[in-house]
Amino acid sequence: MFEFSLMMPVTWITRLIVGAYPQWIGCQPAHKQRIYFANHTSHLDTVVLWASLPRVLRGRTRPVAARDYWSHGLFRVRLAKELNVVLVDRRREAHSNPLGPLEDALRAGDSLIIFPEGTRRPQPLPSEFKSGLWRLMREFPDVELIPVYIENLHRAMPKGVLIPVPTVCSVRFGTPLAHDPADLKEDFLARARQAVIDLAELS
Amino acid sequence: MRLGITLQQGYIILFTALVLLIGAATVYGLWAAGRQVGAARRRRIDIANSRVRIGWWMIAAFCSAWWGGLPAITVLFALCSFFLLREFLSLTPIKHTDYWVLVLAFYVTIPVQYLLVYFGQQALFTLLIPVYLTLGLPVVSALSRDTDRFLERIAKVQFGVMLCVFCVSHAPAIATLDFTRYNSSGPLMLLYYMTVIFCADLFTVLASSAFGGPALRMAPNKTLWGFLLGGGSAFLVGLALYWLTPFRLWQAALYSFLIVVAGAMGDFVIQSIKMSLGSRSYEGDLYIGRGTLERYAPLIFSAPVFYHTTLIFFKLVDFDQIIDQSRTFLGQ
Repeated sequence: MFEFSLMMPVTWITRLIVGAYPQWIGCQPAHKQRIYFANHTSHLDTVVLWASLPRVLRGRTRPVAARDYWSHGLFRVRLAKELNVVLVDRRREAHSNPLGPLEDALRAGDSLIIFPEGTRRPQPLPSEFKSGLWRLMREFPDVELIPVYIENLHRAMPKGVLIPVPTVCSVRFGTPLAHDPADLKEDFLARARQAVIDLAELS
Repeated sequence: MRLGITLQQGYIILFTALVLLIGAATVYGLWAAGRQVGAARRRRIDIANSRVRIGWWMIAAFCSAWWGGLPAITVLFALCSFFLLREFLSLTPIKHTDYWVLVLAFYVTIPVQYLLVYFGQQALFTLLIPVYLTLGLPVVSALSRDTDRFLERIAKVQFGVMLCVFCVSHAPAIATLDFTRYNSSGPLMLLYYMTVIFCADLFTVLASSAFGGPALRMAPNKTLWGFLLGGGSAFLVGLALYWLTPFRLWQAALYSFLIVVAGAMGDFVIQSIKMSLGSRSYEGDLYIGRGTLERYAPLIFSAPVFYHTTLIFFKLVDFDQIIDQSRTFLGQ
């Protein structure tokens, strides 16, 4: 039976308003298991990165997002369901593993989209990364880590507004980050962040 | 229509000619792409090829727009304006306090301007942006209480809206003019104009890539020979199409000359703007949302020129009345 999908109009409106043009600089789209990690500047990031992937890869690529934001409002709940979002709790509770849902998704063979800054910052360059990425790197040595830079989106949707302003935004995919289990946490996170910044400085 | 050609035949002749032209250009592009040449020459060939690709799309878009009539033509140009303004404003430095200015520019100005054009409200659409928006935008910006680089921010948005919305909207406005007195129609005049400006641009990049020559400082991807030969051939095309218009031969010559020159000037200005904003030219790349401005530069500048010269030539503006009024005003 035909089921109305919200993602098609959402994808097209996203393309019309902000572009979401993919630029595969350091890698090519492929059916590999990957973790795309990107800078986080606006609410549009999740949809923009997802929409910039080729259609065949979207089905198995799941954005990771905060439960407190995505479980409010009919539209967001529906969108989260169709995007197949991995919901995580931002508030850490005792004896719980916040990375649990991500690990489950990776074991199931899905690719992930994560924003390691943890929160939105309306600035061109990303700030410090949180340690989740490092732990995933150690646990899943076969999953490719792809740095992604989303350009210009902080201009499209400054904090506290509802309608995005049109702009031209490109999504740059960089070279997969090398796995190194011996890497210290701080070194690895700095390396990952630098990979995103290097992409930002291309133009 | 003249020379015993019906309207239907006119469209078919023009369509076939354009398809043959773009087909020939495609073949040339494939041949040129395989040659061993220097970097500057290579870039010009890439640009020529990207123009040719766009040419196919334009033929498809305009065929469907003409088939859909004036509403479709208006929507097509409104979308052009949207993409142009989107690119222009993504190049200019914007602060988050400019939010409401941008909302006004994108979501209010473009629809209102094109609705006025569609309904033939000539007096209003020629005033909306130069008068009302020029006053309105700074007010909205001032109300955001951010005075940092105020003039610079507001001037850039205003200039972008003028180029991308005001100027471009004059093209569909040609189609709304009433030429029944002259046994012609607005859409036909627009088609004539679009064909000449399209050929001018295409021939310029083709000639630049084929003949080389000294590059121009304000348009580094085109050469002097490109402009002269390309513009010259487009002028001849405009002349050869005089049967499509209600013009006499000399008028058609003057018109195509004006269109070609205005188009070249548009190129110079848009390239200078892009360079001053620190952006490189994306003309030769595959289209990724950038490079709309360079590709539509000739249209931006020549549309108002064509529109106003047409008004003057065909006396669609009542000059006698204006002269009478000014006499009364001066007390004569």
